[in-house]
Amino acid sequence: MLAKRIIPCLDIDAGRVVKGVQFVDIRDAGDPVEAARRYNEQGADEITFLDITATSDDRDTIVRVVEQVASQVFIPLTVGGGIRTVSDIRRLLNAGADKVGINSAAVKQPEFVREASDKVGSQCIVLSIDARRVVSTDNETPRWEIFTHGGRRSTGIDAVEWATRMVRYGAGEILLTSMDCDGTRNGFDLKLTRTVCDAVDVPVIASGGVGNLDHLAAGVTEGGADAVLAASIFHFGTYTIQQAKEYMTDKGIEVRL
Amino acid sequence: MKVAIIDYGMGNLRSVSKAVQQVAENADVRTTDNCTYIKSADRIVFPGQGAARDCMAAISDHRLSQAILEAAQNKPFLGICMGLEVLMRYSCENNGTNLLNLIPGEAVRFPHDLNLNGRKLKVPHIGWNQVMQTMEHPLWNNIENGSRFYYVHSYYIKLEDASIQSGQTDYGIPFTCAIARDNLFAVQFHPEKSAHAGLRLLKNFIEWDI
Repeated sequence: MLAKRIIPCLDIDAGRVVKGVQFVDIRDAGDPVEAARRYNEQGADEITFLDITATSDDRDTIVRVVEQVASQVFIPLTVGGGIRTVSDIRRLLNAGADKVGINSAAVKQPEFVREASDKVGSQCIVLSIDARRVVSTDNETPRWEIFTHGGRRSTGIDAVEWATRMVRYGAGEILLTSMDCDGTRNGFDLKLTRTVCDAVDVPVIASGGVGNLDHLAAGVTEGGADAVLAASIFHFGTYTIQQAKEYMTDKGIEVRL
Repeated sequence: MKVAIIDYGMGNLRSVSKAVQQVAENADVRTTDNCTYIKSADRIVFPGQGAARDCMAAISDHRLSQAILEAAQNKPFLGICMGLEVLMRYSCENNGTNLLNLIPGEAVRFPHDLNLNGRKLKVPHIGWNQVMQTMEHPLWNNIENGSRFYYVHSYYIKLEDASIQSGQTDYGIPFTCAIARDNLFAVQFHPEKSAHAGLRLLKNFIEWDI
């Protein structure tokens, strides 16, 4: 049976891991290669790099980071953040990334997703959605709106409609982050996760809000997610990926052990 | 030892090359579309990603059909993902595409109504799934039966001659994920992205004495 995936996420700024990764015996907490290697050893199914570099000069460094990681870590790598053109995508894929996450560029120009998936294949294109719950007209059916620019800019676009449209355009996977839950450590927005999972035929990665292992499991059992992404619980050494997998196994979830 | 990773412009081969280098330290590993090098190589890795028609067009543009078919006859040859599919006769992708016709069989899409315990299964099949070894083979050496490998694909192959199936995976339906015939071995999953099990398979390939 296909395993549910656990994906640690590393925020990268100018080629360095920000927040640091607090592994017990890591020499350099800011070195993406070392962090990625450690996650791989713990059994991560995939690693996501989120490039939060602000200046365009420093953006080339993410390509070098991917090159270095991909030379030593033989699991799938996804890179998101600031990707605007097909040539940005190609550079990352050629450096060893397997998938790229597209967010703001898709909102700005939805055809970009079609063009990108045509050129490099749907399997490489992950649509990143930052969604926030909004009050609906009937006050009952929950509704979510997508936000761009790290959740700062409202778009008025309905998240579920957006997801289905982008899949139609060729997105091969959806990375779904709840802005309401992100950073709270109170767990995923399970209703959002479930709604999007049911609406699309491609895999959905739940993200935003994980504070404990039960949250990860709930993302799968209640949210219906195909993969779960978390940053801080792994960064700060609260749990290892291995512990997360053992916990999920106990909950009857199929994982790669 | 010379290892040729055949490059016909379909997808990133850097990871394949790095993974092979990792397990074959003293080998000369080259990503190439040079027929002379391919002819002289001791091992051939034939990767690929993308749509069937584009792959066939790229193979033809690079004038590689002959070199690929020849290599597949006489030395250790490892097909990966599309590198397995294009060995077949025909793919249903792109409204039907003729392939290299080395292996009797075809590539078909996962059905739209795949489900497991009533829940709809997503296509592409992305992630780590178990590989059941259906044949004893040197490439499975030291890989536990049922090990998980990383997949990304929407099409799978249907063989006419089931006896060359060397591995099977279940995704709503059981499908052939590996084949073996003489000097040829080909897999649907990505060994270069499958951590320890994948590197072991690549190492077995490098050490394979046909």
